[in-house]
Amino acid sequence: MKTIAGFDPKIEGRDVIVTRVDAAVDWCRKNSCWPLPMGLACCAIELMAAGASRFDIARFGAEVMRFSPRQSDLMIVAGTCTYKMAGAVKRVWDQMATPKWCIAMGACASSGGMYRSYAVVQGVDRFLPVDVYISGCPPRPEALLEGFIALQRKIAAQKAIAGMRTGEDSAPTAAGVTGPIIVRGEYAPKVKE
Amino acid sequence: MTPQQAIEKLPGRVGEAVEFRGEVTMFVERAKIVEACRYLKQECGFDMLTDIAGVDNYGVHPRYEVVYHLYSMANRCWLRLKVSVPEDDMLVDTVTGIWRTADWHEREAFDMYGIRFRNHPNLKRILMWEGYPYYPLRKDFPLAGMDAELRDAETGAGKVEAAPMLGGPFVAGSGERTAVRREPRQYDTAAEQQDKLK
Repeated sequence: MKTIAGFDPKIEGRDVIVTRVDAAVDWCRKNSCWPLPMGLACCAIELMAAGASRFDIARFGAEVMRFSPRQSDLMIVAGTCTYKMAGAVKRVWDQMATPKWCIAMGACASSGGMYRSYAVVQGVDRFLPVDVYISGCPPRPEALLEGFIALQRKIAAQKAIAGMRTGEDSAPTAAGVTGPIIVRGEYAPKVKE
Repeated sequence: MTPQQAIEKLPGRVGEAVEFRGEVTMFVERAKIVEACRYLKQECGFDMLTDIAGVDNYGVHPRYEVVYHLYSMANRCWLRLKVSVPEDDMLVDTVTGIWRTADWHEREAFDMYGIRFRNHPNLKRILMWEGYPYYPLRKDFPLAGMDAELRDAETGAGKVEAAPMLGGPFVAGSGERTAVRREPRQYDTAAEQQDKLK
């Protein structure tokens, strides 16, 4: 049999795959992203719906909602963050081990939403490095899933191991590879009855 | 006992009671609020304190009021007490010795208006955080808030900044006829929004 473009059927096939370490690690990371549900307001209800059977975030490997920051990779800030709460959110974020990512779910977490007030942080990106912003008030679970898939693409593009040596992308929290992603969650797909 | 009967011999009553749609409101001298409340609870059966609220009548002297909403479980009737508080002496005696629930209500009035309660067991902020320098429900405090330090040195969660109001990003203008014209995200910039709305 002829060998084509690096694929050697004598080696690869049943038990052996040849790939880059980065790609393998990124593949593991993006498909086992354990979220920390920072449910602060009504967006958390949609977050719960995304975890339930109709939307089933388990299809993307993110069903293991962890309330311990030590075990989580992804903080989903779902709801209105007040200044009084901001310190606690930041503390939980600081306790999460790298690599870690952050989704600002909904209008309040992204920009303060309708709360133009003295008590509400005008977007959690004032103190957290947000990877994905999802609009909507609240966003539907589909929008959260789309945001999460966008985050998976972003994780897949990072240099997990190579970056550790060069320093590039060794801090996958802030800039990431592609910068912040904005998901327009306010337009729900039309369902035909 | 009806509220009208209860306030007949009320200690420290000021002026005449106001009755509106079956609700009785009575002003009480500031120095006698504890005495009046004790009388109402012990003699008249007002065993439940529903709420204590602050009021800011900005521009009027005396500027502040504290409002007590009392309810009698036995007689099923309401009574509202009011105390005037001048701006230069914002001190009212606590009623926590009569109804324990007054603890948090008075803390809220203190937090939002800066009204102090003498002999309160734990008078500190309840909604805003310790060290916040303003009293946000005062009429001269802007809704957007004012810049302040967020004293959380350990986490460094940033500082308080005034929220963007009309003309800022994502802020819908009021007064427009249709929701489409109010929607700020259809404009690319705040300047364009201002321009189109003219």
